[in-house]
Amino acid sequence: MQLDFDVNGKKHSLDIDPQTPLLWVIRDELRLTGTKFGCGIAQCGACTVMIDGQPTRSCVTPAAAVQGVKIETIEAIDSPEARAVKAAWVAIDVPQCGYCQSGQIISAIALLSENRAPTDDDIDGAMAGNICRCATYVRIRQAIKDAAAMLKE
Amino acid sequence: MAFRHRSTTHPNQVGPGRASAVPGATHHRSAIGLAVSLALVAFAFSHPAMSDQLKAPEDFAGSGDQVARSIDVFREIGRVLQHPRCVNCHPRGDSPLQGDDMRKHEPPVRRGEANIGVVGMRCTTCHQAKNIDHANLPGHPKWHLAPVEMAWEGKSLGEICRQISDPARNGGLSMDALLKHMAEDDLVGWGWKPDAGRMPVPGSQEQFGKLFAYWIKTGAHCPG
Repeated sequence: MQLDFDVNGKKHSLDIDPQTPLLWVIRDELRLTGTKFGCGIAQCGACTVMIDGQPTRSCVTPAAAVQGVKIETIEAIDSPEARAVKAAWVAIDVPQCGYCQSGQIISAIALLSENRAPTDDDIDGAMAGNICRCATYVRIRQAIKDAAAMLKE
Repeated sequence: MAFRHRSTTHPNQVGPGRASAVPGATHHRSAIGLAVSLALVAFAFSHPAMSDQLKAPEDFAGSGDQVARSIDVFREIGRVLQHPRCVNCHPRGDSPLQGDDMRKHEPPVRRGEANIGVVGMRCTTCHQAKNIDHANLPGHPKWHLAPVEMAWEGKSLGEICRQISDPARNGGLSMDALLKHMAEDDLVGWGWKPDAGRMPVPGSQEQFGKLFAYWIKTGAHCPG
């Protein structure tokens, strides 16, 4: 079935099974491999992408469900919040192995896009579905606070 | 095995290349399986309490006076209302429940002010407009929690009955509107058509609606 995708501002038309998870459209068809496969069942957050400004688990999102929407991945997401988060992540070297980090960053951007002064509780709520096996949670929390501070300046 | 949307054969699956090594064994197993299935079906029909069907209004004809009949009808309604498919999204706390054992939801999500999750982690971060069977992920376009004043978790059937009859605690619904919600709301109806592997509530939404209408007709009396 011919489906259309708007990914990172570029239009793609693909002949694909409509039930294919978006993750495999992004990784296998469009070769954007920054978005990771973790669990495949929306339990870890590694596959998170932004769909119309909302963080979404691409591993459980059917290709047919994202017609006519704007998809952003870690490769190209850009906004004041995205730039602040990326700078904060680099400044304190958040990643350890890095596998979960694209999902963590997308969720952090989503949080700051709606709440530029998040409390610890707000951060816990927004990041609850993003698991990090290296347990970089303390640095993730610090980087989100640093990004929030940058956005105030 | 992690899911990929590709055609696969499970390693334990009996396929053309994995036929039984014992001649005739497959037929014997089929015959035994058929006999067991027929016995289970017969047992289910002879034991209504074990059935996944709901009683119909006419089944309550011999239930004493109208008050007693109304209460008996609500006890049958309670088989739906107190089912995990319903209670899991009517939690008393800040987090939904999940599964037939009604354990705390994983990931540890929160209801948020609008009962749709919190910033960065809304219900729709994971839940789709339809069930996603490969991930055992239930879905519906309106997926959300019932407000905390409509919590059913941990309450007796009588408490739930008085709660749903009270416009101050049922979202301001009249009995007619409550009936329409129970009998026609599509998110309520998800309970009868959950994702693969999740037990549906008994009966059908149509049967449930008829039962609920009959409960109202008999005075909408609640168990103690």
